[in-house]
Amino acid sequence: MRVTERYINGVVLTGLLVLPIWALAMDEPFTITLATRAVVLALAAVGLNLALGLGGMVSLGHAAFFGLGGYTMGILAYHAQTYSTLNLGLFSTDGTTSMPLIWLSAMVISALVAFFIGMLSLRTTGVYFIMITLAFGQMFFYFAISWAQYGGEDGLSIYVRNGFPGLNTLVPIQFFGICFTLLCIVLFLFARLQASPFGLALNATRQTRSRVQAVGLNPTRIRLLAFVLSGAITGLAGALFADLNRFVSPTMFSWQLSGELIVLIVIGGVGRLMGPVIGACVFVALEHFLGALTDYWHVYLGVVLLCIVLFGRGGLIGLLTGKEGAHV
Amino acid sequence: MSKPILATDALSKQFGALTATHDVSIDLNPGEIHAIIGPNGAGKSTLIKQICGEIHPDSGRVLLDDRDVSALPPHVRARAGLGRTFQISDLCMEDTVLENAILGCLAIEGASWRFWGAAQKSKTLRSRAEGALDRVGLANFRDTQCSSLSHGQRRQLEVAVALTLSPRAFVMDEPMAGLGAEGSRNLTALLDGLRVEAPILLVEHDMDAVFALADRISVMVYGAVIATGSADDIRQSADVREAYLGEEV
Repeated sequence: MRVTERYINGVVLTGLLVLPIWALAMDEPFTITLATRAVVLALAAVGLNLALGLGGMVSLGHAAFFGLGGYTMGILAYHAQTYSTLNLGLFSTDGTTSMPLIWLSAMVISALVAFFIGMLSLRTTGVYFIMITLAFGQMFFYFAISWAQYGGEDGLSIYVRNGFPGLNTLVPIQFFGICFTLLCIVLFLFARLQASPFGLALNATRQTRSRVQAVGLNPTRIRLLAFVLSGAITGLAGALFADLNRFVSPTMFSWQLSGELIVLIVIGGVGRLMGPVIGACVFVALEHFLGALTDYWHVYLGVVLLCIVLFGRGGLIGLLTGKEGAHV
Repeated sequence: MSKPILATDALSKQFGALTATHDVSIDLNPGEIHAIIGPNGAGKSTLIKQICGEIHPDSGRVLLDDRDVSALPPHVRARAGLGRTFQISDLCMEDTVLENAILGCLAIEGASWRFWGAAQKSKTLRSRAEGALDRVGLANFRDTQCSSLSHGQRRQLEVAVALTLSPRAFVMDEPMAGLGAEGSRNLTALLDGLRVEAPILLVEHDMDAVFALADRISVMVYGAVIATGSADDIRQSADVREAYLGEEV
C-alpha cells in the first residue's frame, strides 16, 4: 500500500513538472501560470496540513499567514520601487525586491504572528479553536481593508515581479521553477518531520492529549511549534502568490481562502504528504475549466468535496490506494 | 523503614456538595505494591488524578521523592517519575504498538524536539521501546496497529508505555479492567515482577489480583481512607467487611 501511495506521489509531482514544460514547448504561457498557481496554493496547504493533518488543529484562520506573506512582499516591494522609506519605529528600511529576502521576512513575520495566535488559541480545542483562529483571520482582513496607505480595499499592485539572483522571474517558466523547487523542499522537510520523533509526538497530540501528558511531554508546546512552522510555510506561499499575481489585496486574508485551503487538503487527503498538492491541482483545474463554463463552479467543487467526504475519507489518495485515512 | 517514594499528605477535594477525597494520606514504599480498594464512587480515580496532576486538590500535597509536586502539571510529574496507566486504555489508536512505545521514550531520551531522522530508526528509542514491549509480551505485535489489538493487549500496552518511562513509581488505575480470568492472571504475574523496579500504587476492583499482589491495602469509602494494612489485616477488619467486602469474603 505504501508503494502505491509513493507511486501516486511520484506521478503527481512529475505531472506537475512536465505540464508547464510541455506548455513551454507549445508556447502556452497561461498554462504555466495555472500550474504555478496550483503549486503556490499547494505550498500554502502543505503549511496548513502540518497543523491540521498532523496536529489536528483545524485552523480557519490560515489566510492570516497567507495574507501576511502577501503583504510583506507587497509592502517591501512597494517601498523599494517607489524609493520611499518604511519606518518601523525601531528601525527603517528602504524595502527590497529580492525574493529570498522577502521570503525570509514573510516567514519570520508569519511565524511570529502564528506564535502569538497559537499562544492564545491553543488553550482551546474543537469548535472554539476554529472560531478563535477565524476571528484572528478576520481581524487581519479588516485591518488590511482599512490600511489606506497600502491600497486599502483596492489592494496594492506591484508592477515588476521581484528578482531572484541569476534568474529572470518575469519569464513564467523560471518563476514556476522557483515555486516548484520551494514546494519540493518543503515537501521533503514535511516528510522528514512527519517521521521524526517530533512528528510522532505531534501525531499523538492529535489522538490523545492525556496520553502525551502521561509520557511527560507538553502537548501545548508541541502543538504551538507545529502551528508556528505551519504559519511560516503558509506565509512563504503568500509571498509567492503575491509575486505570481503582482498584486496583493485583502482577499488574501479572507476566511474563504482559509476555507479553500482546508478544502484542498480534504480533497487530496488529510495528513498525507501529497494531499494538499493533489487537492490544489484538482482545485485549480476545476476553477479553470468549470469556471470558464459557469460562474457557479463552486457548486461542482462542492459536489466533488461531498463525494470525497462520503465515499473516501482518506481523500483522493485514500480512494486511489484503497487505504482510508485513519483520521478526521 | 525506608522513606516512601510517593506520598499524599491530607489531600482533599470537593465537587460541590460531594466529597471526592477527604484528608487522604497514603504512601508508597520502595519495592511494594500498595493497593487501594473501595466501592464505586469512593474517590479512587479522583485520588489518582490528583496524584498525577490532572485534577487539583482543594488542599493537601503530593510528594514524590520528598519533593512537593502539587503545583506541577501532569507532564512534569510524569518526567519527575510518575508512570501512569489509565482505567480506559488511552493509546494512539492509529499508531502501531511500537510507535506507542516509542512515544513513551521521547521525554526520557530528550528526543521530542528532534526533527530530523525517523523516530523508528533511532537505535536508542527503539531498543528502549522494544525492551518494554518484550517485557509485557507484545514483542511480536510491534507493527500491529493499536486499534486492531484485543482489549487485553491494549491493557498490556498501557503497562509497556508506563515501563518505557523508567518511572520512580507506577500509578495504575484499574489495569485489570475488563480482562478475563486468564488475562487477569497474566497481568498479575507481570505486575508482580514490576515492583522490584518501581513500587506500584494500584487501584483495582479485581480482588483476586489485589490479594495476590498487594503488600499493603488501603480501603477508601466516601472519599476517606478507613483502613490501611496488610492483606490479612484488611481481610479480617470488621469495618472493611461492612463497608466494602460485604458478603464477598
